[in-house]
Amino acid sequence: MFAYYFDLGLRSLKRNPALTALMVMAIGVGVAASMITYSVFRAVSGNPIPDKSAQLFIPQIDGWGPQQNRDGEPADALNYIDAMALMRARRATRQTFLYGLSMSVLPGGNQSLPVAVNGYAVYGDFFPMFEVPFLYGSSWSAAEDDGHAAVVVLSEELNQKLFGGTNSVGREITLDGHDYRVAGVARHWDPKPRFFALFNGSGFQDPTDFYLPFTRALDVQVNPNGNSCRGHLSFSGWNDWLQSNCVWVTPWVELDSASDVAGYRHFLEGYAADQQRAGRFAWAPNVRLRNVTQWLDYQKIVPTESRISLIVSLGFFAICLINTIGLLLAKFLRRAGEIGVRRALGASRREIYEQYLIEAATVGLAGGVFGLLLTAVGISGVSLLFSPEIARLAHLDLSLVGLTLTVAVLATVAAAFYPAWRAAQVQPAWQLKAN
Amino acid sequence: MTMHPILAALRKHKAGVVLISLQIALTLAIVCNAVFIIGQRVERVNRPTGLDENDLFLVTQQWVGAPSGDDPAGVEKLDVMQREDLAALRNLPDVASVAPSNSVPLLNSSWTGSLSLKPADTLGKGNPRTAYYFTDEQAMTTLGLHLVAGRAFNAGDVQHQGARDQRDRPVVIVTQALADKLFPQGNAVGKVIYSDGSAAPSTIIGVVARLQIPSTGSFGNDFAWYSTLVPTRLDASFARYVVRAKPGRRDAAMHAVPAALYAVNPMRVLDDDESVKSFADIRASAYRADVGMAILMGVVCLILLCVTAAGIVGLTSFWVGQRHRQIGVRRALGARKIDILHYFQIENLLIAGGGVVLGVLLAVGLNTWLMTHYEMTRIPLLYVVTGVLAMLAIGQAAVFVPARRASNVPPVEATRAA
Repeated sequence: MFAYYFDLGLRSLKRNPALTALMVMAIGVGVAASMITYSVFRAVSGNPIPDKSAQLFIPQIDGWGPQQNRDGEPADALNYIDAMALMRARRATRQTFLYGLSMSVLPGGNQSLPVAVNGYAVYGDFFPMFEVPFLYGSSWSAAEDDGHAAVVVLSEELNQKLFGGTNSVGREITLDGHDYRVAGVARHWDPKPRFFALFNGSGFQDPTDFYLPFTRALDVQVNPNGNSCRGHLSFSGWNDWLQSNCVWVTPWVELDSASDVAGYRHFLEGYAADQQRAGRFAWAPNVRLRNVTQWLDYQKIVPTESRISLIVSLGFFAICLINTIGLLLAKFLRRAGEIGVRRALGASRREIYEQYLIEAATVGLAGGVFGLLLTAVGISGVSLLFSPEIARLAHLDLSLVGLTLTVAVLATVAAAFYPAWRAAQVQPAWQLKAN
Repeated sequence: MTMHPILAALRKHKAGVVLISLQIALTLAIVCNAVFIIGQRVERVNRPTGLDENDLFLVTQQWVGAPSGDDPAGVEKLDVMQREDLAALRNLPDVASVAPSNSVPLLNSSWTGSLSLKPADTLGKGNPRTAYYFTDEQAMTTLGLHLVAGRAFNAGDVQHQGARDQRDRPVVIVTQALADKLFPQGNAVGKVIYSDGSAAPSTIIGVVARLQIPSTGSFGNDFAWYSTLVPTRLDASFARYVVRAKPGRRDAAMHAVPAALYAVNPMRVLDDDESVKSFADIRASAYRADVGMAILMGVVCLILLCVTAAGIVGLTSFWVGQRHRQIGVRRALGARKIDILHYFQIENLLIAGGGVVLGVLLAVGLNTWLMTHYEMTRIPLLYVVTGVLAMLAIGQAAVFVPARRASNVPPVEATRAA
């Protein structure tokens, strides 16, 4: 019966091509607009580390005070003094402190022109905490952190560029004139958004090239690629600057249980209270401890454009569906006579209902196929609306294809409930009499 | 013509009437807000920076193996390197003038602080925020700024400092907006201000008409025109140079830059796409999202209006088909063609009228929701009124073709079976 109704549906579509085209286009355009904006939204709002996002926390301590902070919130990063205090306290299962670096490397030895590379200064715990996979070698040890070792972990991409993709563990590279021994090469790893380094970054930047030990980076005075200071600044030079209120260090701690989290929060408050007592802070403790999802939320990592365009597209789709309801109603009721004959010949209301829902599903399927074409075209054009670093995240994969077709068919069938019900209500006797 | 038969007929088609008016209502709500968003974005993108943007480009470069600039010797070495670069760029045949600067408008990389009339005063007591441009005596001609009072910097004003050092700023130039904020009575030139809570005075020696701050984000919204120019070269391991090419020679000048800088010193990072950037490109990337949003909203509006109009045509055509016989009867009883035409037009006006009433409520509701969740302002009445008139006009235009077909139904239809 399904095949027969499907065939009837196709015939009916052919009988009234203008009306059919109108419905198919409305559904196609509506579903395509929703899918294009959804593909971007999906990419920017995803959880970058789903299995650990509830265990990784970023502590914040207000070192600026109510006069200088924004809306009472502590800064997005720590100053050096507070970061080092947390580092020495070691109150978490694992912890890392990090900051972004922009450096240069000589890809072809000393004869070549320098090339810009970007990386992070981190502690050895960084790699197991964030589950960085390794291709060769491994991260450096805690002893090497403490020993300020001149080691480096390369990304797969930079290893390809510098060493042609071979196992480079133990070889040396020169970053900004200093030599580092390769301890490991990370397999391609680029979580989007880059939740762990949102200070001075959109979260969607170019992939990372390398990681250095934090302790070593400070020894050779590698500047962070962004810092934020408040009030009257009186420092001059590196060491003065380290002691200032400038924030630039992003801390992360791994806490396994709710009691660990409560304990760490308590520790942070105690630390801030100590600073207040010592006279370093002239304000009451103002600390935060957010996990990955809370942090992404607080940082408003999903661009406003992405949300608004998704909302507008969904509203647009709703209007297209209302339009479809009206047109289906017109289309079905125009065939009241035909329905009357079928009913008189013994078809039940349920069968009429089924027939028209299946006819609607064929419209929906046609709309979905048309929408798929538009989606494919649209996704290649999202760079118009979003910056290239975000636009490149949107892509048409199998799940999106499936979703497009499913949404188109289901939405059209849902839209057809009322028109099909009206069709099933047609009184056979009345129709036959009128004819 | 009385309204009664029209209303009676509408009652027979509740579903269709509700669907069309709902569609008109939603379309009105979305189109009003979308056009409002377009208007706001266009206004934002079109605000002038205060620069003469033609022939302007920015060079960003980083030295490799340069001193860190944390000790006096390092600072002097870096300053020599920077002055060598400036001299090399100024010597290029297609270049008119060059100034060092830590940033330019729309670059979204800024050094901000606060200004006050009293020494050692902090932000948050009505003292304005400002964004600093650290540059030299060629800034005015290079950026193309318009001096409205006082004088420009001269070579004697220019100092240099390590990027991490703090140095007094004896003379500064501020924008007209900032001067008005600090000195509402006027005559800012010659007055003394204090920056970032410092106790060292800065004298305002000049006022420029307009200069936007580098930040285009929400962070900079409340001080977008409060820029301060400081005659100081910042010495760090990286440097930015603003270059004004001779008229029409921008691309040639941009092309010549890497070779000229590598000739001075090859140990530097100079990316092909990022390091030498025309101001037009900086503007385009700063406002990409705004322009994209305006285009998206425009396309959505256009398609939405087409879909709604098509829906009206479709449903009215159906009604006309359904009422063929009744139309014939009316014609046979003496109704003129124009009466039938008017009947359908008035019917559509009633349906659309109901739709726009609901639509206005939805439009204001959507606007209020956007206001609480995103940075939006109250939608002006003009947008809503225009939207209402446009929707009614589209309804009338859409109904015209089926209504005229209805008016052409011959009276003889009355005698035929349905």
